[in-house]
Amino acid sequence: MQKLIQLSLIVLLSLILISCGSEKKETQQPQSSAEVGADLTEFELENGVGPIKEKIELGPIDPKLVKRGEEIWNQKCIACHKLDERYVGPAQRDVIQRRTPEFIMNMMLNPEEMQKRHPVVRQLLAEYMTPMTNQNLTVEDARAVLEFFREVGKEKKK
Amino acid sequence: MSNSFSKRLMLISIIILSFIGIYLGCKSSKDVVSGDVAQAVYVAPGSYDEFYLFTSGGFNGQVGVYGLPSGRHFKTISVFSQNPETGYGYSEETKSMLMTSYGFIPWDDAHHPEFSMTDGVPDGRFLFINANNTPRVAKIDLKTFETTEIIEIPNSAGNHASPFVTENTEYIVASTRFSIPVPNADVSISSYKENFKGTISFIALDPKTEKMNLAFQIVVPGYNYDLAHAGKGPSKDWAFFTSYNTEQANTLLEIEASKNDKDFIAAVNWRLAEKYVKEGKAKKMSAEYYHNYYDEKKHSTISEVKKEVFVLDPKDCPGMIYYLPTPKSPHGVDVDPSGEYIVAGGKLATVIPVHSFSRMLKAIEEKQFDGEVNGIPILKYEAVIAGEVKNPGLGPLHTEFDGKGYAYTSHFVSSEIVKWKLGTWEVVDRIPAYYSIGHLCIPGGDSKKPWGKYVVALNKITKDRYLPTGPEFTQSAQLIDITGEKMKLLLDFPTVGEPHYAQAIPAEILMKNSAKIYRIEDNQHPYVTKSEKDARVVREGNNVHVYMSAIRSHFAPDNIEGIKVGDNVYFHVTNLEQDWDLPHGFTIKGLNNAEVLIMPGQTKTILWQPKKPGIYPFYCTDFCSALHQEMQGYVRVSPANSNVALSYYTGTPKK
Repeated sequence: MQKLIQLSLIVLLSLILISCGSEKKETQQPQSSAEVGADLTEFELENGVGPIKEKIELGPIDPKLVKRGEEIWNQKCIACHKLDERYVGPAQRDVIQRRTPEFIMNMMLNPEEMQKRHPVVRQLLAEYMTPMTNQNLTVEDARAVLEFFREVGKEKKK
Repeated sequence: MSNSFSKRLMLISIIILSFIGIYLGCKSSKDVVSGDVAQAVYVAPGSYDEFYLFTSGGFNGQVGVYGLPSGRHFKTISVFSQNPETGYGYSEETKSMLMTSYGFIPWDDAHHPEFSMTDGVPDGRFLFINANNTPRVAKIDLKTFETTEIIEIPNSAGNHASPFVTENTEYIVASTRFSIPVPNADVSISSYKENFKGTISFIALDPKTEKMNLAFQIVVPGYNYDLAHAGKGPSKDWAFFTSYNTEQANTLLEIEASKNDKDFIAAVNWRLAEKYVKEGKAKKMSAEYYHNYYDEKKHSTISEVKKEVFVLDPKDCPGMIYYLPTPKSPHGVDVDPSGEYIVAGGKLATVIPVHSFSRMLKAIEEKQFDGEVNGIPILKYEAVIAGEVKNPGLGPLHTEFDGKGYAYTSHFVSSEIVKWKLGTWEVVDRIPAYYSIGHLCIPGGDSKKPWGKYVVALNKITKDRYLPTGPEFTQSAQLIDITGEKMKLLLDFPTVGEPHYAQAIPAEILMKNSAKIYRIEDNQHPYVTKSEKDARVVREGNNVHVYMSAIRSHFAPDNIEGIKVGDNVYFHVTNLEQDWDLPHGFTIKGLNNAEVLIMPGQTKTILWQPKKPGIYPFYCTDFCSALHQEMQGYVRVSPANSNVALSYYTGTPKK
């Protein structure tokens, strides 16, 4: 009899425990600020995290691509960036001197993850406070904006 | 061990166990629910539900979106009611959606959500829903979960038997609960029998443009048409409509419309009706009704006023419509997944009558008629009935199917769901509903392929089920497991508005198509601001157009001067974000209008008519970033005769 009661106790308790237990699917963990960057490779630290995973060949500046890049800049970037002064985000005329081309493209294409995982970008977020928004650029769009930066970067910041 | 001691030990353990159970268990309840119930409805934080549930809000005129099995509320879709939370029905772009031939109507009573179907199975493209009071049918796009089209139905009153769709969404049906003169006229109410008529409408969905068009109406005797369902499989060319008040009473229907032993289900061969229209048998009747649709590129509603409708008279159209006698004021009419059985909910009957589609065809062929009304032959009850479910419960209303040979019928008066077997008509199980169940919903339960895992009871009364909140109680639904032999109650969950009827669909069908943003490149709104460079203020007489952009976390322009008392100021706000879940909101002090919530890539317009000079702050209402509180601006309003020049800027004032 006692055994039966013990057994039913165990069964019932485990049923209750199971019924309250959580499900299997793991949820995305927001990364704590302390460990940002610890899991990045050397390439990622230099060139950012995102779809651009290897160095790209740049070649001479292509004026057509510059023009396309300028159009995208005017539509999707200038609400937050100016070339020569700080606005919502940093001034961008000299960005080509500050970062690698791959870093610039990854930042445009994958801002959420960059802000979450890359220590430099994390630092920028702390400074500017407004997160950079994902403007849904294609890799080709981002490449065009990069070309625009190469062109405007020839001049000195005013 | 003595017997009494072990009994006492057992008693003590049971007491302790129940305490532990209540303490540790995930819910305590008045009902007998077994231990694994909590796990069956628990969706862990960050995990997704298996089904989307769309409930109509009844008298709130909206649609609620919930997850199953959790019962969590995700969204309220504005349909027939203005919603100041989003600006629906207030913004210039959405006001026209609520236009009718009676003018702008801010509210309606929405009863029956219905998915679009492909081959008799919900396809996840659209959800349709009816407006009862001022007859209309709305279409909700399930990519955006927004109302994108509303069509008004002329020659109708109380659009209750609506909007049920045919097997491939060729048509969406609508019919009249209230008969009225057709066309409407100033007559004596007591001339009901002579002057009042019902109509059954067929709204076509254009397969290419996906727009609705009122294809034709059938004028029928002046009964009350209550509910409908289209056939499927062998019966796919037919649609069925219940009727009551065949007594044709126009007062005290509670008594006067409950006298006849049998009323009718109208069986309509819509394929033949369509042919008669093509052959020119329909009369063109003048009528005035609105057709409003949302142009997703222009982000604006376009209204057109239609002036005529095609009307068929059964007298000119042999074989198009038949009456199936059905006991005592039938309410629901539901067709089983095979398309053979037509189940009626005879709300005052003691049986659930089930008609056979194949017997109906045979009876038509053999002309087994019992008279006719207005050119509509009445089939013999014995010739069409397949069987009756005896003593199911009191007040049977609606039936859904699990696809495994069973039917589930809601019973309002005895407040229960009764499970019975198709073919043998025997009752196999019953479960109480808390309380007074109306409709019920099995995912895909009115289609050819139900996902027969749950039935949701949609209840009219909650009484003691929740914490009291004054005289008005929450509305409620209940989730019941139907995978086993016995139905099992899993969860009560509150709903927004009356959960009149609901439809559910596996989440995987919808979530992959869910829109994340509107592409800014595709925005063709006439007042769009695609780049902050284009932000500007333009005066045209008394009308001032503010082309404003919003992005985290500023508006452009955010300082405006030169507005005068008496101006109509249109704020056309474009959200330049292109990222998921980043709406911005806009409002300004003293706005006699609602705020607008603008989705990424969208433009929305709100009209402001300032009445007094002064400084008016505006700001973003939807928390958008760490600097959301900084997302603000000022408008200076000057007297009507002032000569303050129009100027505007963000950041550095223009010289």
